[in-house]
Amino acid sequence: MGTLIIDDVSMRFELPNGGAVQALKNVSLELKKGELMSVLGPSGCGKTTLLNIVAGFLSPTEGKVILNEHDVIGPAAERGMVFQQGALFEWMNVRKNIAFGPDMAGKPAEETNAKVESLLQIVGLQDFADKMIYELSGGMQQRVALARCLANDPDVILMDEPLGALDALTREKMQGLVLKLWKETGKTIILITHSVEEALLLGERLLVMAPRPGRIHKEYQLPFAEMGVGKDLRLVKKEPQFGKVREEILSMIWDMEEEIMGRQEDAA
Amino acid sequence: MTVALIYVVLFVAAFAAYNFYVRSREQSKDYTSLKTVTFGDESAVTANRFASIVSVVALFAIWGAFTGSKLMPLHVPGPFVGDSAFTYTATKPGGETSDATVKIRVHKVGENVELPEPDPSTGFAKGDVAKIGAWRSGLVRAQVNDDGGGEDGYKVTAIDGKPIAPNQTVRFANGTVSMTPKGSLSVKPDSGWQMEPIWLPAPEAVVSRLGEIASEGYKNYTLWEHLWASLSRVLAGFALGSIVGIPLGYAMGLSSWFRGWFDPIVEFMRPVPPLALIPLVIIWFGIGEEGKVILLFLAALWIMTIAARAGVSGVNISKVHAAYSLGASKKQLLWRVIVPNSLPEIFTGARVAMGVCWGTVVAAELVAADRGAGMMIVNASKFQLTDIVIMGIILIGIIGYGIDILMRMAENYLVPWKGKG
Ligand SMILES: Nc1ncnc2c1ncn2[C@@H]1O[C@H](COP(=O)(O)OP(=O)(O)OP(=O)(O)O)[C@@H](O)[C@H]1O
Ligand SMILES: [Mg+2]
Repeated sequence: MGTLIIDDVSMRFELPNGGAVQALKNVSLELKKGELMSVLGPSGCGKTTLLNIVAGFLSPTEGKVILNEHDVIGPAAERGMVFQQGALFEWMNVRKNIAFGPDMAGKPAEETNAKVESLLQIVGLQDFADKMIYELSGGMQQRVALARCLANDPDVILMDEPLGALDALTREKMQGLVLKLWKETGKTIILITHSVEEALLLGERLLVMAPRPGRIHKEYQLPFAEMGVGKDLRLVKKEPQFGKVREEILSMIWDMEEEIMGRQEDAA
Repeated sequence: MTVALIYVVLFVAAFAAYNFYVRSREQSKDYTSLKTVTFGDESAVTANRFASIVSVVALFAIWGAFTGSKLMPLHVPGPFVGDSAFTYTATKPGGETSDATVKIRVHKVGENVELPEPDPSTGFAKGDVAKIGAWRSGLVRAQVNDDGGGEDGYKVTAIDGKPIAPNQTVRFANGTVSMTPKGSLSVKPDSGWQMEPIWLPAPEAVVSRLGEIASEGYKNYTLWEHLWASLSRVLAGFALGSIVGIPLGYAMGLSSWFRGWFDPIVEFMRPVPPLALIPLVIIWFGIGEEGKVILLFLAALWIMTIAARAGVSGVNISKVHAAYSLGASKKQLLWRVIVPNSLPEIFTGARVAMGVCWGTVVAAELVAADRGAGMMIVNASKFQLTDIVIMGIILIGIIGYGIDILMRMAENYLVPWKGKG
């Protein structure tokens, strides 16, 4: 129960000009309940596509995704999503945004209110509950997005570069928050990022993907997420092993990028 | 031409005076005044309220100056009014000449004045008299009363000593005299720079007419009934257009079938100006209320449809995905995400539609109506009641502007998130 299985998924986009893009090829993966996995890879390697398939926004051309022993056929409340930005409802205040999921499910108001209050507390927005979304900073907005997702109590949380638009300092604080929430709620989380450091810090498991066709290149099991819970993340970053893995992954992605550039030059 | 020139001069003078005044004063230190780059920074440009006031005052001042308004101390020269005269020289076929005086009395149009006494004359040419309304011209048959004036070859050859022949024009003290091909004299006193009231009445004439029509009405209906007739047509047409257009726009934004079915119709009707439909609507529905409301309905319909469709298309796909991931049903998505997300677009459309409807209703009433703002001005124009025409135009402008202000206030109140997504 609670296991997320990605079973031999392939995705081919047919282009209007007759060509096709193999965005994903034979991707298989299994995530147990409570696992936190970060996904890294050069631009265009199919990370977003994979996440959209798991969320149910796209159906794969081959293979399937299974959660809680049933096939994923569309978006549902069991799989929450946190977007990079622009997905909050600006016609609602913070409280209403967070309560959106429970409201849609028709949960009783007192129960929802209590949940929203506790989530506001957790993400540190208790003083902003009645502000409109456009009155918040980018970092605050992402905290609302996290709280909104958690309020719905999904089994799996999918995040596509959730911290990508934030400044370095806010980003570090938010990384701590993600780790804390992960530990406290025990959710299964998939997090896409472009930052190798973030992937190392937040990934119990780290998936490196390769492009053309999009596929899993390498997987790591990492201790840093566990170490970082409730701690200063800068101390974690100073670990000698952290530096070593970071260099290894950086050069791996660098090589992939080089290869893509080379191929593009050949093609040209 | 002169008016435009004076306007430009006023503009430049006010601008220069204002700059001089501002420079001679302590600078205030708000944020905008601390910006060093203002030319090109759109946010640093706000409407200068002082300039707006001066602009309105200047318009009224020019209006007053060119109409001889009592409210305006300075006027451009008015038409000549009063007594004037010129002498003409008549020549007999034999070559003998004789002089006589033509006395002209120029009076305000509508006033009754006596003809002046003709001068006694000594020669065979006899003095003439004429009264002419200001801004008008008058015909003087100078030779008719002269001794021998009926003879062949008897003609007027000079005015105030200046020679004149048929189709030629000569100046006298207060105007010009031209000779018609038949030898009569057409006298045109100086008209000055001011406008004749039937072209442009003075501001106070318009105001007093407003009072008169507000209390006594015009053509069987009071002023308020006329204006309300126009406004209620607009409101009815706009309401119907929105009731049909907004759901249609949503359907076109949400369903390929609806989009395919209605796209040709909407895209075809959109560029057809509502005014072009007036003849057809009159043929089909006559000139009564029904036809007008249908016309305005059509004017509002396409605008509201397109606005609602754009509102749906404009929704960020992340919001839709997020709502579904949070467990929303299709119906919930429609009411909780798509509708609120499209409200800013719909308000923009509603403002445009209201403006178009207001313009269309006035035009439709110009063509045919028994009451309404447009009917009032077109009817008044037939009787050269220019003051009513101008009053009507001003009221139409004020109401149109008022509608837009109300719509903007409603927008700020109802969709405060507009442009902040
Ligand atoms: N709707 C689509 N139609 C056609 N091709 C698509 C579509 N969506 C994605 N692709 C292609 O699939 C590939 C993978 O795209 P994807 O967005 O998953 O990459 P990504 O790894 O998320 O990249 P990034 O890191 O830049 O976000 C790309 O080559 C992209 O061009
Ligand atoms: Mg992506």
